[in-house]
Amino acid sequence: MEKATVVPKTVELSPSPHLRRRLRNQLIARIIMIIATTVSIIVTVGIVASLFPIAIRTLVAVGGQLFGTTWAPLFSPPQYGILPLFTGTLMIVSIAMLVAVPVGLAAAIFLSDYASFNMRRIVKPILEVLAGIPTVVLGLFGLYVINPDFVEKYWPIGEPLAYTAVGAGFVTGILIVPIIASVADDALSAVPRAMREAAYALGATRREVAVKVVFNAGLSGVVAALILAFARAFGETTIALMVSGSYPMLSANPGDPMMTLSAFIGFAGIGDAEVGSQAYNTIFLIGAMLFLVTLIFNILGNKIISRYREAYE
Amino acid sequence: MAQSISLKSRISPRRLFVDGSFRFFLYLSVFISLGMIYWIVSSLWNDAGWLLSWDLITKYPSYDIDNAGFQSPLVGSIWVVGTATLVALPTGLFTALYLEQFAGKGNKVTRLIELNIQNLAGVPAVVFGLIGLAFVVRGFIAWGFTVGSAAAVIAMLMLPVIIIVSREAIRAVPPSYKEGALALGATPWQAVWRLVLPSAIPGTATGSILAVSRAIGESAPLLLLGALSFVTFNPTGLDSPFTIMPLTIFKYASDSREEFQVLASAGSLILMAVLFVLNLIAILLRDFATRKRNV
Repeated sequence: MEKATVVPKTVELSPSPHLRRRLRNQLIARIIMIIATTVSIIVTVGIVASLFPIAIRTLVAVGGQLFGTTWAPLFSPPQYGILPLFTGTLMIVSIAMLVAVPVGLAAAIFLSDYASFNMRRIVKPILEVLAGIPTVVLGLFGLYVINPDFVEKYWPIGEPLAYTAVGAGFVTGILIVPIIASVADDALSAVPRAMREAAYALGATRREVAVKVVFNAGLSGVVAALILAFARAFGETTIALMVSGSYPMLSANPGDPMMTLSAFIGFAGIGDAEVGSQAYNTIFLIGAMLFLVTLIFNILGNKIISRYREAYE
Repeated sequence: MAQSISLKSRISPRRLFVDGSFRFFLYLSVFISLGMIYWIVSSLWNDAGWLLSWDLITKYPSYDIDNAGFQSPLVGSIWVVGTATLVALPTGLFTALYLEQFAGKGNKVTRLIELNIQNLAGVPAVVFGLIGLAFVVRGFIAWGFTVGSAAAVIAMLMLPVIIIVSREAIRAVPPSYKEGALALGATPWQAVWRLVLPSAIPGTATGSILAVSRAIGESAPLLLLGALSFVTFNPTGLDSPFTIMPLTIFKYASDSREEFQVLASAGSLILMAVLFVLNLIAILLRDFATRKRNV
């Protein structure tokens, strides 16, 4: 009998041409993805690089005048007292929060603990539609409906004109209701079911479960929702510009016209502001302030959200 | 002797009352927030519903009320947002794929990029107008007040939103899909491209449509890019001057003549109709996607 000779086959250790092609494709894809990822970094760098050099230069030139009480940078002689812009912004944002916080939180509690599955399926998309109403349409609504039909007729202090801070605040409130509702709903819905069931087992009513257990457990997320909504209202431009006018008035009466930081950028930037002109420099200064304030609030809000996610997941 | 046990609820009337009033307050709040949409749309409709006709979108903006319409702003909006979407959608999608599937989880660079995107989404829209003014309109790109500049700014605005929604959609795809493909010898990229991405498309599409509808309504950043001017011709390319729907509405609204204010309301109705359709598509798509997953 002949002995079977085993002929050792040579094993090819380098990748087949086919695999090589697949790996090459993967490398190309990886490069494309990395390029795409750098775009968002470039945008951030671009924002910082466009705002801060001009803002700092303007700030140095303006100096202590910033603490005055008259904002008239485009007049001669220019006055740079930024106080009216800050009070105007705070006034409009506070009114917006006053309107939106109760309604938004109620909607969030409703969605997380009261609504049936089908109810949620109806209410959530409608809230999304509300969130999608363009600010220019909300501005028209404030200008044509809220200001003339409500503020001018019923505002008790002074004689409101066509432009009012309270009207702008109310309409901005409509804008941020869906933000509060959806972010707070996410937070409340993330509260573990077991906590709810334990409370029900002890005989708590639905309100007691929703308010004393779920709301408290999800409180950090609710705070985050308020912070993010605050930041959104703070940066809103078109509504403030249309409904509250463009007169930077230092006043404590919400029935007066006021100007916000962002409305000033819209107002002064409409005309083709020439590079290096007074208008051009000041809108970048205000833009930098707006950017910093909203950045701080956004970082804070997002940090709180990621913390509660870690806690519950 | 067995004591009889009352099975009736022993919640005190006061607790029941507080519970009931709280429930009433919740329903009222939800009703109010949903009623706002009705209020806004109906007041626009009462103001300008009678004005709606095809003339509105065949005529160009004008100082003459009888010949004023929204043709060039409508076409301008489509040009600007269309171009921006063409840029932002693939960029955002590839970024999301990289961050979810390829980047080292939890390493410092990845975390920094994530933080950056999160905060970019919260930057006020008007600030994007400023970067556009400094770097796109002038500066090293020097594109002027054109469709291209506006599209670049809107693309920057859309990018973080698209990344965030795409990441959520990609994260929702069960990891077993990818693992199965890898076990059969696919490269990671093949697994992602052929399996993960197709499963994530409905979710990504829903989020992206919502992002597009936000972009169509965006007015503040383009206020700084010269979109407020009357442009009485349709853009023909990226180098054309342009105007957009929201800012034409803004322009008409700030006219002192009442006829133009009515025209602004009519323009708002057109804009709202476009956005309703987009939202509806997004909602149906999401419904379809969730049902498919649950089967």
